Amino acid sequence: MIDLGPLWLTLHLAAVTTALLLIVGTPLAWWLATTRSRARPFIEAITALPLVLPPTVLGFYLLILLSPNSTLGGAWVSMTGETLTFSFTGLVVASIIYSLPFMVQPLQAAFERVGPMPMEAAASLRASRLDAFLTVAVPLSARGFLTACVLTFAHTIGEFGVVLMIGGNIPGETRVISIAIYEQVETLRYDEAHILSAGMLVFSFLVLALVYTFNRPRMIA
Amino acid sequence: MIAFLFRVYGVTTAIRTLCLLIFLSPSLARAESATVAVAANFATTLERLIHYFEQAGDHDIRIVQGSTGKLYTQIHHGAPFDIFLAADTDRPDRLVADGLAMPENRIPYAIGRLVLWSGTETPSEALLRSGTIRRLAIANPELAPYGAAAKEVLAEYGLTDERAPALVMGENVAQTVAMLATGNVDHGLIPLSMASAFGGEVWTVPDTAHAPVRQDAVLLKRGRDNPAARAFFAFLQSDAARAIITADGYREATP
Repeated sequence: MIDLGPLWLTLHLAAVTTALLLIVGTPLAWWLATTRSRARPFIEAITALPLVLPPTVLGFYLLILLSPNSTLGGAWVSMTGETLTFSFTGLVVASIIYSLPFMVQPLQAAFERVGPMPMEAAASLRASRLDAFLTVAVPLSARGFLTACVLTFAHTIGEFGVVLMIGGNIPGETRVISIAIYEQVETLRYDEAHILSAGMLVFSFLVLALVYTFNRPRMIA
Repeated sequence: MIAFLFRVYGVTTAIRTLCLLIFLSPSLARAESATVAVAANFATTLERLIHYFEQAGDHDIRIVQGSTGKLYTQIHHGAPFDIFLAADTDRPDRLVADGLAMPENRIPYAIGRLVLWSGTETPSEALLRSGTIRRLAIANPELAPYGAAAKEVLAEYGLTDERAPALVMGENVAQTVAMLATGNVDHGLIPLSMASAFGGEVWTVPDTAHAPVRQDAVLLKRGRDNPAARAFFAFLQSDAARAIITADGYREATP
């Protein structure tokens, strides 16, 4: 019987990561889309770094940063009694960094398409900036939000290298689908590896098909 | 999605929903459970041991497998393991010295043998000596004690310099065995315990060709007060456990 634990764990990790990135990524994407600051290209570059860096580089730095011997990791241990490395919480931290561009870039593009005009119109009707953002910019960027969330979710599910380095392979805690497949292949359990791999293939295809369907620009009738 | 949540439910409910999603723990760990980190060569034997052990009580034992060196590093970085079944004595020594393992709870549990496995011809001492093996799979000697033993064997039979086969290294013995079992490499030096699991012909390397692979187990600091970990550690020293271990091709280890 195939163990479904890694499946639920992976979905949980992806859901938590997407929810947190929505909170972190929305203001960041808005700032990048509207700012005239000279720092913008540098912040954009930092945001895009996880796209080009090998996962081992992220994994290595995170291992040092989150280790119980470090300031951050040590503070976490004294607060919660648990370590950040080799734990679900640690994976969430890693996934937020790893999937950041997949949330920020589609949102930034969507916000840029909204442009300054609707926001100025809302301001002239005495809407506060937050009110204008929530009632004008967000609905106008609905497709951008959908794309960003779906891509972040899917990309987190496909995470491997970083999890391998800072998550270990702990059942119910850090053994996500990609790690489970890796172990099944290593230990010659090809039947189980086939089931999970085929499932991932179909899932990923459906996700991308969904994104491309929704992002098709509508022809004006 | 967040915009949708905000519009339909208002800000507080949306935030509450997100918080719920975030803090819902993935594993509601049972009180009577322990995690055992095991060197890859011993993983299948450990599964048999746990199967026997769990029938006798309501403890729940989880397995995390890898190379001895990798698991050692993970323990140093705070990995939540209760027991460590290493494939050498060196890493348990160092864990005790570092204060991460309990010196009074440290036992030898198995002595491993190394075999030459071949998928294409009958493995023998003559085959190894002949120097005709072009590619040989071994585990990474830096991380896996069986890889280090394999290097000793190569030196013992003079297979160095020009006569040395190209080494194909797995990160641990399980990966090395997978290379052989999938037909990607024809020859390998692997633990006897793993060779029997997938068949094929083997020649057991004599004990004199490499230092015995003595495998030590330690109860880690984290597992000190864990009843499941203590119970399993005690079971490891029982006659029933020893019988299962020797049946899998290990030599009995005496303290």
